Amino acid sequence: MSVQRAPVGPVAETASARRDLSGRRIVAKRFLRHRLAAAGTVALLALATCCFGASWIAPYPRNAQDLLTGARQPSIAHWLGTDDLGRDYLSEVLYAGQVSLSIGLCVAVLSTALGTLVGAIAGFTGGWAEEVIMRVTDLFLIVPGIAVLALALEGLGPSPVTIVLVLTGLGWTVIARVVRSQVISLREKEFVEAARVIGASGVRIITRHLLPNLVGVIAVNMSLAVAGAIILESTLSFLGFGIQPPQSSWGNLLTQAASLVGTPKAYLLYAPGAAILLTVLAVNFVGDGLRDAFDPQGRK
Amino acid sequence: MEAVSHTEVVSHTASPPELLRVRDLTVEYRTDSGTAVAVEGLSFDVAEGQTLGIVGESGSGKSAASMAIMGLLPRSARVTGSIRFRGRELLSLADSELREIRGRRIAVIFQDALAALNPMMTVGAQIAEAVRVHDPSTSRASLVERATELLDVVGIPSPATRLGQYPHEFSGGMRQRVMIAMGIANEPDILIADEPTTALDVTVQAQVLDVIRRVQERTRTSVMLITHDLGVVAGLADRVMVMYAGRKVEEGPVEPVFYEPSHPYTRGLLAALPRIDRRTARLTQIPGRPPQPGERPAGCPFQPRCPHAEPAVCGDAGTVPVAVADSHSTACVRVHEIGGDR
Repeated sequence: MSVQRAPVGPVAETASARRDLSGRRIVAKRFLRHRLAAAGTVALLALATCCFGASWIAPYPRNAQDLLTGARQPSIAHWLGTDDLGRDYLSEVLYAGQVSLSIGLCVAVLSTALGTLVGAIAGFTGGWAEEVIMRVTDLFLIVPGIAVLALALEGLGPSPVTIVLVLTGLGWTVIARVVRSQVISLREKEFVEAARVIGASGVRIITRHLLPNLVGVIAVNMSLAVAGAIILESTLSFLGFGIQPPQSSWGNLLTQAASLVGTPKAYLLYAPGAAILLTVLAVNFVGDGLRDAFDPQGRK
Repeated sequence: MEAVSHTEVVSHTASPPELLRVRDLTVEYRTDSGTAVAVEGLSFDVAEGQTLGIVGESGSGKSAASMAIMGLLPRSARVTGSIRFRGRELLSLADSELREIRGRRIAVIFQDALAALNPMMTVGAQIAEAVRVHDPSTSRASLVERATELLDVVGIPSPATRLGQYPHEFSGGMRQRVMIAMGIANEPDILIADEPTTALDVTVQAQVLDVIRRVQERTRTSVMLITHDLGVVAGLADRVMVMYAGRKVEEGPVEPVFYEPSHPYTRGLLAALPRIDRRTARLTQIPGRPPQPGERPAGCPFQPRCPHAEPAVCGDAGTVPVAVADSHSTACVRVHEIGGDR
C-alpha cells in the first residue's frame, strides 16, 4: 500500500493543497459561473453605487426645485422627467434609493442573523429553551404586524433607524422557525454524532456543522427578507408611518405617485416601481446563486 | 457484587495492563411501554494495545455499551455501573470533561461513513477539525500537513489533492478510510470501531481491516471492534466478547472461543456459519429469535432457545461468569455438564 512510499509525495503536494481546506474558492467560482447570480450581483452593485454615490452621479442636486417647470415627461435634460415641484426625478429616485436599500439590506441582515441564532439554539437544545423561544415566535406571528409597526413608529418616531429596528423585530420569527425545523432534522444526522465523538462542543457543532448545511435556506430567506423589507417600508410610508417627506424612499415616491395612475403623469410611478422590482429580482438571483454555490453536490 | 469479583479473577490472569475497565454496566431506556434494558451487568476490560472484538446480533447491546463509554447516549437512557478509563470514572465526569476525552483519548469509527461525514465540509477540513478541537492553536499549515499525512497513512492516493474534496467525491472504502484518519488524528488510546466494514463490499472490507491493523501496529492503539461478522473478529481481534440480549455470554482469547466455544449461544453462532470445506444443503440455525428488551426471561436470557436448557437450573441461574480456562469465561451455569457435547 501507499504508506511505504517515499515521503516526497505528501510534502511536495502540501504546498498546492494549502489553499483549500474550506473549499471557499470552489464556492466563489461556482457562484460566478451562475449567470443570473452574477448578473444580479452586478445589478445590485450598480444600483448601490448609483444610489450611494448620488451626490456625484445624480445629474441635479437633491431637492433642487423648479416650480416654473413643474411636472414634465422624460426628456434629454431630465431622463426620468420631473415631478410636480420640478425636481429631476432621476436624482430623486437615486437619493431615495439610499434609504430603501439601506433599510432593505439592514433589515435582511439583522433579522436573518437574529432569527438564525435563535432558531438554531431552539432547535439544537430542545427542551424548555425551545418551548419558550417557539412560543415567543408564535406570539409574534399572531400579532398583526402593521398595527405593531404603526404603534412602535408612532412612539419612537419614524427615523430610518427605528424603522430598521422595528422591521427586524417583526421579521426574525420567520427565519427562526425555518432554521429551527431544519436544525431539528439535521441534529439527528450521524455526522453530528460524529462531531460529538471527536469532542466538539455544542457551539462548534452549531457553527461548523449545522449552519453551513443551512446556507441555502438562509440565503434564500435573506433575499426574500430584503424584498419584504423594502415593500413593507413602502407600505408604511403609504400609511404615513414610514419615511416622511422631505426625506424620500422608493416606497414613499410610489405613494406620492399612486394617485397618478391613468393620468399623463403616470411615468412617475414607473421609476421607483422599477427600482424596487430590479432590486428584489437581483437579490433573489443572488440568493439562488449562493444556495447553488454552497451545495457541494452541485456541478463544478 | 459477587459477579464483579468473579470476573476480575477470571480476566486478570496474565493480561497486559488494563486501559478501560467496565464493571456492571447497565443501560436502560425509559419508554412509554416501560423500561427497556439494552445492556445488563456488563463487565469487561480492554488492555493496552489489545484488540477486543465484541460480537452480537442487532440489539444485543454492543453499540449501546460503546456509546455509554463515550457518554453519548440519548437523554432517555439511564446508565449505572462503572466505566474506568486509566483509573478515571467516566460516568461521573461532566460533559466538558468528557469532551476532552472524546476524540483525543477514545475515538469512534462509525459504520456508515457517508452519513458520518459532513456533506458540506471538505474531507481535509473535517480531519483538521478533529485535531483543532483539541488543540485550537495549531497553525493552518501544520493542520494541512497533518491531514495530508493522515490520509497517506490510511492509504488514500494523492492525499494532498483529496484534502480539498467533499465526501460525495469518495468511494465507500475511501470514505471509511477518511473516517479512520479522523479517528486516529489525535492518536487515541482506544479506537472504537462500530461495524467499520458492514457497509462495504468484501474486497474493500479486507482493505479497510488491513488499514486498521496497520494503524494499530503503528500507534499501539487499543481497538474495540464491534461487529456481527465473526470472520472480521477472527482476523483482527486478540480477545472476543460475545453478547446476547444485553449480556456478555462468553469472553476469552479468540482461538479458544472459536475452536472450543463453551456457551451454547456461541456454539450456535459458529455452527450457523457457512463452511467452505463442508458442503451442506442447509445452514444450521438457532431456533427462535432473540427476546425483545421488555420480555427477557428471568435467569439466562438464552434458555428459551437453548438445546441444553434445564428450566430448574437456568431459570434463576443469573449470568455469573464461569471460568472454563485461563482468561476464558462463559455465562452458562451448565457449562461443565454439557461439556464436550456439541
